[in-house]
Amino acid sequence: MFDIDVWQEIFSTIRKNKLRTFLTGFSVAWGIFMLMILLGSGNGLQNGVKQEFASNAVNAMWIWTGETSMPYKGMKTGRPIRFNNRDYTFLKNKVNGLDEVSSRFYLPGDTNYAYGNEYGSFTTVTCHPALRDVENIKLNKGRFINHKDITDFRKSIVIGKDIAKALFKEEDPIGKYIKVNDVPFKVIGVCHDPDNRNDRTAYMPVSTAQRIFNGGDRVHSFAVTTKMVTSEKQAEAITSEVREALAQRHKFNPDDKRAMGAFNMLTEYLRTMKIFQGIKIFVWVIGIGTLIAGIVGVSNIMLILVKERTREIGVRKALGASPRSVIGLILMESILITTVAGYIGLTMGVGIMEVVNYGLEQAFASGGGDGIFFRNPTVDFGTAITATLILILSGAIAGYIPAKKAASVKPIEALRDE
Amino acid sequence: MIQINNLHKSYVTGNNSLHVLKGLNLEIEEGEFVSIMGSSGSGKSTLLNILGILDNYDEGAYSLDGHLMQDLNETQAARTRNKMIGFIFQSFNLISFKNAMENVALPLYYKGVSRRKRNQMAMEYLDKLGLKPWAHHMPNELSGGQRQRVAIARALISKPRIILADEPTGALDTQTSYEVMEHLKQINEEGITVIIVTHEYDIAAMTHKIIRLKDGVIEEIIKNGDLKSFQAQYNRNINKSEHHV
Repeated sequence: MFDIDVWQEIFSTIRKNKLRTFLTGFSVAWGIFMLMILLGSGNGLQNGVKQEFASNAVNAMWIWTGETSMPYKGMKTGRPIRFNNRDYTFLKNKVNGLDEVSSRFYLPGDTNYAYGNEYGSFTTVTCHPALRDVENIKLNKGRFINHKDITDFRKSIVIGKDIAKALFKEEDPIGKYIKVNDVPFKVIGVCHDPDNRNDRTAYMPVSTAQRIFNGGDRVHSFAVTTKMVTSEKQAEAITSEVREALAQRHKFNPDDKRAMGAFNMLTEYLRTMKIFQGIKIFVWVIGIGTLIAGIVGVSNIMLILVKERTREIGVRKALGASPRSVIGLILMESILITTVAGYIGLTMGVGIMEVVNYGLEQAFASGGGDGIFFRNPTVDFGTAITATLILILSGAIAGYIPAKKAASVKPIEALRDE
Repeated sequence: MIQINNLHKSYVTGNNSLHVLKGLNLEIEEGEFVSIMGSSGSGKSTLLNILGILDNYDEGAYSLDGHLMQDLNETQAARTRNKMIGFIFQSFNLISFKNAMENVALPLYYKGVSRRKRNQMAMEYLDKLGLKPWAHHMPNELSGGQRQRVAIARALISKPRIILADEPTGALDTQTSYEVMEHLKQINEEGITVIIVTHEYDIAAMTHKIIRLKDGVIEEIIKNGDLKSFQAQYNRNINKSEHHV
């Protein structure tokens, strides 16, 4: 129901009270501006922290062994606990809370890599194919360790891109043989870890490593992904399930943290996200509070306006204005002020966050920005829409009481000569 | 046109009740030119407000053009006012941020007439009242007489059956008052019923029928033929008040 006359009426009153309209609008704009800044900052912080988690799967979990520190079933403390390949099979098939499992056998001492005349000392990780998902390993070239590599004890190796650069220079490493501690391995892939500054790690099948480097069926640690549960409690339950199962198999006290260590990323992740949930609620409460102050301001101004225009409203009524048209006039004006002002605040808030974001991206792109827990501090489209709807609604609320008052103006009282 | 039977109206303020109209009976035919006179507190403004459906009444009956005006809601009242009645006020009551033409066009806006049509009509009416050159002036750029003529144009534009004027000359000097009365007379000659409230005898004397109110009832009705004697009485009154001074 676009009616040009209604708008003309509204604009003429606004034009008459520029400063007052500006000040009223400012309070609303400020409210929504602050809300956007706060929400954006909250998002930025959350994204920054999420980025920290991104180097691994958020549902990653690491399990390693040590020596017992509690006596258990007549056995004394200081007993070393050792995992083996049967534990791998057990974790993979029998533990409900786990999704993928990779075991790792630590190679003794340094591992020396050589190709032609180039050589160097790098970290070697032995693993199952699942490690790629657990540690978010990205492949630049070739492929990662697969199931066949494990079962056939293939001498395959995936090297970090810095190793490739050190050994091969410009040459394509795929399909070439390198010597790891004098044993030839075929390079099947080049990888990098998105969050590591150095990619000086190589990955080889755990089965091959055990056989070549005299590991027997020894496993030093597991890297697994848990089922993607949604609560901290459930995540902790998975940790306990794994701990109790392994304690039973290796006969140690399940409460003995020294005998077996475990770190469940999901617990940390969920806990952090819960904090952000809290922050988010807090931000909304503050933002809405600021907005309410703005709305009250608008309502107040409109009330004064109605008071000032009592006579005019009386004349309009005498000339045949229905109560509805009077209510509409006041309500529309109120909605217009809040919406336009709010939109300006919204745009400015979002704009500033975009500028900050641009600056941050520049910093990250140029290799800086280390330790900045702040990433992409922008407000998503849905939130902006919600905020706009809230604005229109608040304009209507702000105008309601004044409009009601205007509609109840009796023409005779308004027209009575004072 | 207007029929009023046994009309009562009281104003209640707190515990006090002020009985203003005390069983008033009145009949006004279509096309009459009537003035209502009375000292302050006699109920003349109250009567005009009820006639204009700006206020409701407590008891009795008021029929306008054969329709009983009772228990109307605000919207119905507004519609009836818009259709039937044109108002002229002592203090003009033009809307200050609208120019003369927009002021005149306002009643048509509430009638739902398109913008172009109503501005065109407003210009016609302004022209009729000799105000065409001032159409785009704001009210504060006009003289008192011009403002009242704008108000008359506004009252006329919705082609009402009745014009209600509350002290239309109260804020004007004598010469301008007479000009305004001349306009009202012309309007009346076109067949529109004109009712004015005034306390000025000379103004009242220009109408065809004078209704004198006193204490909420009609004291006397002076008809056309008696106007000469009214003139005499009016002079007498002036002399009397001069004697008093």
